[in-house]
Amino acid sequence: MDFLISFVLALVALLIVLQLTVILLWVERKGSALIQDRVGANRANIFGGLLPFNLGIVNTLMADPLKLFHKEDVIPKDADKFLHWLAPFIAVLPLFVTFAVVPFGDVLVIGERVINLQAVNLDVGLLFVLGMVSLGVYGVVIGGWASNSRYAFLGGVRGSAQMVSYEIGLGLALVAVVLTYGTLDLQEIARAQGQLMWGVIPAWGVFYQPLALVLFMIAGIAESKRPPFDLPEAESELVAGFYTEYSGSKQSMFMMSDFIEVAIVAALVTTLFFGGWQVPYLYRDGFHLPGGFFLAVPSLVVTILQVVAFLLKLFIFCWLQILVRWTYPRMRYDQLMNLGWKRLLPIGLANVVVTAVLVLALEGFTVP
Amino acid sequence: MIAFFFIAILMIASALTVVLHRNPIYSALALVNTLFLVAVVFVMLDAELIAMLQVIVYAGAIVILFLFVIMLLNVDTEVRSARLSKFGTLGLALALLLALELGVVAVVYAPDQIAEAPAGFGSTEAVAEHLFTTNMLAFELTSLLLLVAVVGAVVMARRKVES
Amino acid sequence: MTVSVEHYLVLAALLFAIGCAGVLLRRNMIVILMSVELMLNAVNITFVALARQTLSMAGQTIVFFVMTVAAAEVAVGLAIFLAIYAQRRTVNADEISLLRW
Repeated sequence: MDFLISFVLALVALLIVLQLTVILLWVERKGSALIQDRVGANRANIFGGLLPFNLGIVNTLMADPLKLFHKEDVIPKDADKFLHWLAPFIAVLPLFVTFAVVPFGDVLVIGERVINLQAVNLDVGLLFVLGMVSLGVYGVVIGGWASNSRYAFLGGVRGSAQMVSYEIGLGLALVAVVLTYGTLDLQEIARAQGQLMWGVIPAWGVFYQPLALVLFMIAGIAESKRPPFDLPEAESELVAGFYTEYSGSKQSMFMMSDFIEVAIVAALVTTLFFGGWQVPYLYRDGFHLPGGFFLAVPSLVVTILQVVAFLLKLFIFCWLQILVRWTYPRMRYDQLMNLGWKRLLPIGLANVVVTAVLVLALEGFTVP
Repeated sequence: MIAFFFIAILMIASALTVVLHRNPIYSALALVNTLFLVAVVFVMLDAELIAMLQVIVYAGAIVILFLFVIMLLNVDTEVRSARLSKFGTLGLALALLLALELGVVAVVYAPDQIAEAPAGFGSTEAVAEHLFTTNMLAFELTSLLLLVAVVGAVVMARRKVES
Repeated sequence: MTVSVEHYLVLAALLFAIGCAGVLLRRNMIVILMSVELMLNAVNITFVALARQTLSMAGQTIVFFVMTVAAAEVAVGLAIFLAIYAQRRTVNADEISLLRW
């Protein structure tokens, strides 16, 4: 029975990722069109023009992926076949697995069974996330190398150097968060944000660590090589950078890794800084509003509200990243590395030191 | 039990690939595989923090360094000669002898059954407590060592590769 | 039969011997360094297995230090390889055996 529950939870986590990827593709196209004051993709010919209407959403949700899967798989001459086949899998697999430690709800109570809504409850969840993000670099490196093309290789080396550099900024932002909450377990961090500051404001991470939030967002967007940090795969300059020589399903897997990283960064931002699945003032037995007002809510409704809150916050931060993409111009590679090493690293370290001093000084001081 | 043997066989196979394959990139990828499986073994031995550190440090940084250098130096696939080099036979024999000796020692040592681990064994708190109280000096020296390594690596690699 | 410490020790011994064979047999210096990493990992497995056996944290702390030192060593070692390549244009250990050309 336990195995079945774990299996279902893992399946739910996987499905959230997969659905989000496809939806984000459509949101990106329509959202960028909105920002750029145009219409975006709104035509899909269903059944060869038999039907009199065009559905834009069907285009990206169904036709696009179907088209990509049916394309011929081209491998460049003299390229290493095995590595060419392997690279998309290495790029995508660690990112899928990261979602296993993200909590998407508090608990689900069925009868006397209390199910923790997190696929795997790791004590060292945040380190697991960092480790999987580190493993994601291999897809880029091998992808660039296996293409047997000078420019793809250059894109691959640049991309991996950028990812490795910004992992440090990512890690430092996370260290500050871990210092604040005293645990690496994501579910515990989400639960600890249920307290109230001064009886009114929910103690979300953004109030404790605003600088870490900014650092984390920047490092996360740089890690997924999205604009404004996308010189390794600059679409207007390098064709597609390290995945130029990939076609069909392999290319779709690389693009999927892009959107999965968006989802991961969004999921981590909501869990660490915005309370994860917490709805303000909602606890397991109901609403405890300030002023003493109490509204009893059945536990199943509480769970559903919390899961919906998580998905909503996840979506907001995915949208934020799409917004950032279509607002800022691309950074030059040396500016990018400059930002990572000379600005994010010292600021991150200073943040960690200040946080550590404050945590020590306020030890035993509970939030009023 | 089955899990352990499965992982052990995979690990030995990956290690053999590291050592025997002619293409250094495949060796590096097999090394990543081996290191990841070592992290899995650590999890089986209740050392969760060390397992995650293994993935982050070894599999996620050191081998990428290897891959970068292999790609920058454009190391080619080695030409395999028909017979082993003059020290090859001796080396292989010695390695087999070493494996045999270590195996015999490991089995003869025959300790008692593994006791139940106390809760929190191998957790972050336990390792941190031991690291920052008993081994504080070693910790500080390690940070100094890392500084020296960073400076040394930057200085050594500064010379440009002639094209 | 359950998995006892001997299994892990034998696994580590095999890994160590394979790494040793790699150091002795291969001529490519980068692969030699990778075999040294294999040996270090075999030692790490031994430490963690015995730490689990004796329920002492010292084993895991030592592994922490071994990992750090290995990282530092690989960084400096690869930098040395880059410098050697700039001079000799090869990474074959046989061809760098003489200090002068």
